[in-house]
Amino acid sequence: MLTKKSVVSIGDISNDDIFRVFERASSFKQKLSKGEKIKTMDGKIMATLFFEPSTRTRLSFESAMHRLGGGVISVSEPKSSSASKGETLADTIRMASSYSDIIAMRHPMEGAARLASEFSSVPVLNGGDGSGQHPTQTLLDLFTIWEKFKSLDDLNISMVGDLKYGRTVHSLLRALNRFDTTITLISPESLEMPDHILSTLDHPEKVTKGTDINPILEKTDVFYVTRIQKERFVDLNDYAKVIGSYSFDPETVSKMKKNAIIMHPLPRVDEISPDVDRDPRAFYFKQAENGVYVRMALIDMILGGA
Amino acid sequence: MTEEKTLKISKIEDGIVIDHIKAGSAMEVLSVLKITSRSGFTVSMLMNVRSSNGSLKDIVKIEKKILKKKELDLISMVSPDATINIVEKFAITEKFRVSLPENVEDLIKCQNQNCITNAKEPVKSVFKREKTGSRNNYRCQYCERTMSLEEIRNSIIK
Ligand SMILES: [Zn+2]
Repeated sequence: MLTKKSVVSIGDISNDDIFRVFERASSFKQKLSKGEKIKTMDGKIMATLFFEPSTRTRLSFESAMHRLGGGVISVSEPKSSSASKGETLADTIRMASSYSDIIAMRHPMEGAARLASEFSSVPVLNGGDGSGQHPTQTLLDLFTIWEKFKSLDDLNISMVGDLKYGRTVHSLLRALNRFDTTITLISPESLEMPDHILSTLDHPEKVTKGTDINPILEKTDVFYVTRIQKERFVDLNDYAKVIGSYSFDPETVSKMKKNAIIMHPLPRVDEISPDVDRDPRAFYFKQAENGVYVRMALIDMILGGA
Repeated sequence: MTEEKTLKISKIEDGIVIDHIKAGSAMEVLSVLKITSRSGFTVSMLMNVRSSNGSLKDIVKIEKKILKKKELDLISMVSPDATINIVEKFAITEKFRVSLPENVEDLIKCQNQNCITNAKEPVKSVFKREKTGSRNNYRCQYCERTMSLEEIRNSIIK
C-alpha cells in the first residue's frame, strides 16, 4: 500500500501497487476527458522543490495536484533560496514539510530524495535525483505500455540510444524486468547500460545487448528511444555517426510491426524525425500527457483520497 | 618450523593476533585500525610467512588491543580470510574468522562523488552487502550505486 509512503525509487512500489496506480490513473483520465471535476485533494498542499530546473516534470506534478483540487507552493528560483545560503537539504526539507502535505522534488545529486524522505514529516516524491532515480517517469512509461497492450507481460521491448547516462532507462529496465518481458538494449558501446543497474535485475537472462537496431525492428513491440547528447562525445564526427545509426525516420518505422509503439521521455532532438510524429505508432506525446494522470493517481493514493 | 619461529618472536601476554591476513596486506590491516608508530601499541608484524597449507600469509600481533565491531568489519573488507585470536595471559581464549558484514554504516565513503552522502548533510553512509556468485558488492542505500570489495579497500586505505 502506498498510503503515506514516500516514492524515491521504483523499488519502493510493489507490482500490485503499480497496477492500482494504473487503474486510478485510467479512471482520472476518463473523468477529465468527460470534463468532470475531481476534488479529492481539496485543502491539501503540495510543495515542489526543484533544485535543478525541469519544466516538464514540474509542470506535470503541479498540474496533477491542481487537477485533484489541491494547492501548490513552490520555490521559483532555487539558486536564490536557502540552498545557496548554505542551508543543508535536510533543513530545507524539514521546513518545507511543515508547510505542506506532500513534497515533489528534483535535485542534482544522487540519493537526495532518499535523504529528504528521512528528514521530511510528509511523503516525498522523487522527480529525479542526479543521474539516479526518476520513479514517476517510470510509472508513466509503464502506464503508457499497459494502456496500449493491456498488460506488461509477453512483450518485446527494445531500449535504444544512450543507456549509460539516461536515467529514465535505468529505472524502466529494473521495473520491466519484474514482469515477463524480453528486453533488448541497443546502444553504442560507449553508452551501454551500466553494471550497477544490470546487477540489480531479478531476471538478467531476459535481457540481451546489441549495437544495431536493424535486427530488432521487426520483432519489437515497444521501442523506448532516448536522447543521445552531443556533450557525451569528444569528437563530433563520432556523434554524427552514432546519431545516424540510432535515429528513427519514416523508413525505419516502415519496417516495424503495425502494432508497435515508439516512446521517448522527451525532449527529443535528432533521434526521432518529426516526419514520424503523425504515424499512429508515435506514442511520445501521449506518454507525456499520461504523466499528469499517473502523478494524480500516485498523489491521490499516497494522501488517501477516496 | 615457521610456526615455531612465529611463536618465539611474538608470544604476547594480552592482546590480539590477526592471522591468515592476505600476504602483503598486514600494513593495510594496521592502516584501517589506525595504528601508527605513534599509537603507543606494541605491534609485531610478520609478512609473507608460509602457512600450514603452504600458501603465504601475513600476521599482525597487537598487545593490549581490544577490537571493536567496526574494526572487525574493516579487517574483513581488507582481508576476508583473516582470523582473530584473542590472547589473555599467554593463552588463546577465543579464535574466529572475520566475516563480511551485511550492513556497513558510517565506515566507508561512497565512491560516487555526486552522492548526497558526500555533501555536507547530516547523514551517515549506509551500504548493504549483495552477493552475486562469489563476488561481494556493497550498495549505497542513498545513490544505489555499488562498490566492489576492491574499491572499498582502495577507499579505506589511505
Ligand atoms: Zn552513494
